[in-house]
Amino acid sequence: MSQLEIKNLHVSIADKEIVKGLSLTIKGGEVHAIMGPNGTGKSTLSKAIAGHPDYTITSGEVLLDGVSILEKEADERARAGIFLAFQYPSEIPGVSIANFLRAALQARLADGEEIDASGYYKRLYAKMDLLKIDRKFTSRAVNDGFSGGEKKRCEILQMAMLEPKVALMDETDSGLDIDALRIVADGVNTMRGPGLGVLLITHYQRLLDYIVPDYVHVMYDGRIVKSGDKTLAHELEAKGYDWIKKELATAKA
Amino acid sequence: MPAASRTTAMSASTPTTAAPLVGSFNSDAFAAHLASLPPSLPAWWIARKRAAYEKFVALPLPARTDESWRFSSISKLTLDGFTLPTAAAGQVPQAPIDIKKAAILVFANGRLFSHEPLSAELAERGVIVTTLQNALVKHEALVREHLLAQPPKLGSAKFTALHEAFLIDGAFIHIPRGVTVEQPIGVYSYALGATTAVFPHTLVVAAENSRATIVEYFDSGHDTEAQFAAGANDLYASHGAHLTYIGKQDWSHRALSFQSNSTVVRRDARVQSLNVHLGARQARHESLSLLQAPGAFSEMLALTVAESDQEFDQRTLQIHQAPNTKSDLLYKNALRGTAKTIFSGLIVVDSDAQKTDAYQSNRNLMLSDEAEANSLPGLEIQANDVRCTHGATSSRIDPEQEFYLQARGIAKAAADELLTFGFFEEVLNRLSDDNLHEALRVLIQTKFKK
Repeated sequence: MSQLEIKNLHVSIADKEIVKGLSLTIKGGEVHAIMGPNGTGKSTLSKAIAGHPDYTITSGEVLLDGVSILEKEADERARAGIFLAFQYPSEIPGVSIANFLRAALQARLADGEEIDASGYYKRLYAKMDLLKIDRKFTSRAVNDGFSGGEKKRCEILQMAMLEPKVALMDETDSGLDIDALRIVADGVNTMRGPGLGVLLITHYQRLLDYIVPDYVHVMYDGRIVKSGDKTLAHELEAKGYDWIKKELATAKA
Repeated sequence: MPAASRTTAMSASTPTTAAPLVGSFNSDAFAAHLASLPPSLPAWWIARKRAAYEKFVALPLPARTDESWRFSSISKLTLDGFTLPTAAAGQVPQAPIDIKKAAILVFANGRLFSHEPLSAELAERGVIVTTLQNALVKHEALVREHLLAQPPKLGSAKFTALHEAFLIDGAFIHIPRGVTVEQPIGVYSYALGATTAVFPHTLVVAAENSRATIVEYFDSGHDTEAQFAAGANDLYASHGAHLTYIGKQDWSHRALSFQSNSTVVRRDARVQSLNVHLGARQARHESLSLLQAPGAFSEMLALTVAESDQEFDQRTLQIHQAPNTKSDLLYKNALRGTAKTIFSGLIVVDSDAQKTDAYQSNRNLMLSDEAEANSLPGLEIQANDVRCTHGATSSRIDPEQEFYLQARGIAKAAADELLTFGFFEEVLNRLSDDNLHEALRVLIQTKFKK
């Protein structure tokens, strides 16, 4: 069973510290939700773990199955089993989804080994059927001119094909209507299982009605300030983030 | 005319005065070349070759001050150190096996090496795919009318004259009126030998309402040969004809290459040409489109992968001579290493060419900080009711796109390759034949794999 351990992580962007000592362990089969107000460092956390070059990890550790990933390039981290579902996936004009996914899978093979084309398409179509995605989708350029919902479905399809150990889902629900949200949530729920750990980053409780988390963490000012089970999400929904802020202020005083 | 100018050349070609201007292509070499040609060739052709040689000798090499050679590394243009092609020197590479062809002509060092003939059905319908030497005898009038019929306008007059003077053999393709050739016709030209000079030529005459696709590959035996190529082609699309031309230049990375293409488009005819530039250390490519009658349309496309210290110098001219004509140029360059590209394009709209639609676009993808892309787009419009746009852009790989691909496990180099293909796709998508599209994609990919 896989495990992602984040230990006392500090992340800066251009010398400004955004994540200020965050620790969290995600085991295979678990779904963790991180909630928090805007600008609290949720997206920074996920991009830093995925290896975005603009984010500097100033101290702390991230271990995947006991091995540090911080010295690895973004592509090596992905091949090791980290998957970042983007809040705003890039549009890649001229590169079809089929060719893109093929390149991503090819990258996971040893040098000189060629991907088996018919096996690849068989698997791709099976995943698409499972996620109820039209096959015509694969000949479209990656995210190029896609609606918000299409972009998120494209992310879920990639996740299904790449079968990561840990998925970091950054505001997967942003910009989605209820129907699109349900489709995306169904996709994640289909993939849930002992082989996959999930970190759901979300601003709203809404997503957690569809993907029910095992743990809920509240992030504020670069740290996890409160953890609990799914009921914490409902409490937050009812009381708002100010409740947390007040609690923190009281604790300090 | 040839007789008169010959006298001039006699004096000009004396070794002492002319040596720097002719390099390896001196009068002895020219005499040897003429002597090697079959005696069956018509006298007018030999006279034209002599006149061309005189012109070659008399014309100066490009100078730094020539506007038509602006940004070119003219100090690296040399005519020295090359040898005239000998028959089938070395191993002729295996022709690429990609898409099914209607017929194939394979030239090695300027001479026909092998061929796959047309089907009996197409031959019976009058389609001709043969050598220029053959056509000069059997289809003399057609060849005489169209072979190198357009005077060079883009700066390479000296090299075009050299081409005509030393042209041994080439392809002649004629599609008769109303005939459609479904599969592409292949013309492969190989340069073999360390210092070989080649002068490939392809002449295509598409009669009224005919349809055909020509795929031409230029290739060297190895990647290290310091070869020389001065090639040309003539495409003639008669009324209502649809012609697609694909040229893929993949000479040795140490070769010096000049190519001059002329396209004549008649009433309601359309020509789509795509030139893919991969090889040579320095390659100059000139492309002229003449829109001669209403309804004529020329689509001019090019893709270049410039790497290490390669230089690709592309000069284009779209001349609208009649009303209601259209031309659309899209040249895309991907630059790596310390490579350099030059694009200089001019749209000319004659005074009576009203309702002209003319577009010209040069896009450069900079994959390296050391690479250099130069663009000189231009317009010369005499008519007042036209729609013309031109523009040039240079951009880098978007780091967010690159990160997105890396976040899926694709290493940086492979990500950049994928993004380059994405950049090229807009051009490849213009091809209506999916198989051709895929074959070209694979051919371009081989350059990334090197």
